Amino acid sequence: MDTPLTKTDIEEEQHHHGHGPRHYVNIWFWLLVLLAVSVIGPFVGPSIESASKSVGIVFIEAWMVTLLTAFGIAIYKAYLVAANFMHLNIEKRYVTYMLLTMLIFMLLLFAGVSPDVMKHEGVQWRNVAAEVEVQRGLEETEEAEETGRDHPVEPVY
Amino acid sequence: MSTARPIATTRSATGIPTGKLAVWWVVASEIVIFGGLLVSYIMHRLGHPEWAGYAAHTDWRIGTVNTCVLLTSSLFAVLGHHAAEKGDGKTAAKWLVGTAIGGMMFIGIKAYEWSVEIHHGFTITTNGFWSFYYTAAGLHALHVIAGAVIILIIAAGAWAGRELHRVELIGIYWHFVDVVWIFLFPLLYIAK
Repeated sequence: MDTPLTKTDIEEEQHHHGHGPRHYVNIWFWLLVLLAVSVIGPFVGPSIESASKSVGIVFIEAWMVTLLTAFGIAIYKAYLVAANFMHLNIEKRYVTYMLLTMLIFMLLLFAGVSPDVMKHEGVQWRNVAAEVEVQRGLEETEEAEETGRDHPVEPVY
Repeated sequence: MSTARPIATTRSATGIPTGKLAVWWVVASEIVIFGGLLVSYIMHRLGHPEWAGYAAHTDWRIGTVNTCVLLTSSLFAVLGHHAAEKGDGKTAAKWLVGTAIGGMMFIGIKAYEWSVEIHHGFTITTNGFWSFYYTAAGLHALHVIAGAVIILIIAAGAWAGRELHRVELIGIYWHFVDVVWIFLFPLLYIAK
């Protein structure tokens, strides 16, 4: 049943949105700082890996640093934007549940399809085309590294 | 002529104004669109080790600049929302114009980036990685263009003091476009 919005509802909503410009600028600043960290992460990953191994910590590898700084930080940045700019943290729970449902759909898609996409052979099947493509791509990349070529075809002038 | 406000802007079955609810549903459907694309990309990326070599050709410096531009435009959008809540339509309109300029800058930088990549022979048909790259970034760019156009229309209304609640609604959409880019950036530019 439809319920008309009262003046009190509107005032209450405005009160909840009462973040000032200073707060928004602070969030923007931290978003830029996190962006810098996510860009620097892959560059310092190998150094962190070798430094940690030299002090006896063997489980830290460069790809873990990239995963954490690039994708872990991306999730936190998305949270900062959603909570503070989209005001999702003070929105009705209904909206959060609706958005989470869509994300669960994505997980279902991944769970259902990923074995066929990420693996190239199974018990009674083999994706020959994908195997050939992987092999061709790796050889092409190796050849490009040896020759210093940075493009797949001759440039168009 | 009746001066009554349209029922869609005054009623609420969920406790959320109808217009805002509609925008949240747009965002929900967009999660499925972009989410499906990104999940497909991640699956292929994990199943194709050769894509790391292809991804090495994307320019992280341009991606970083564009991320800064989009984050800043999001700041402008929320400052416009803040002004609209105080009933200051003219200030809200100025912030919205700043937001749209940010969107146009993003598209301009993206156009330059693509022209360089196409010039080097990396097109949408080169291989699977570049197909995903152009599809995902292109779909996102279309959303930026559509958002910038709508923002300018709403800014014109806000300048005249009309329908200031729309400033928040377009802001929600714009921040979502920003969130999509936050995930596209590491996937396409950082993970080599």
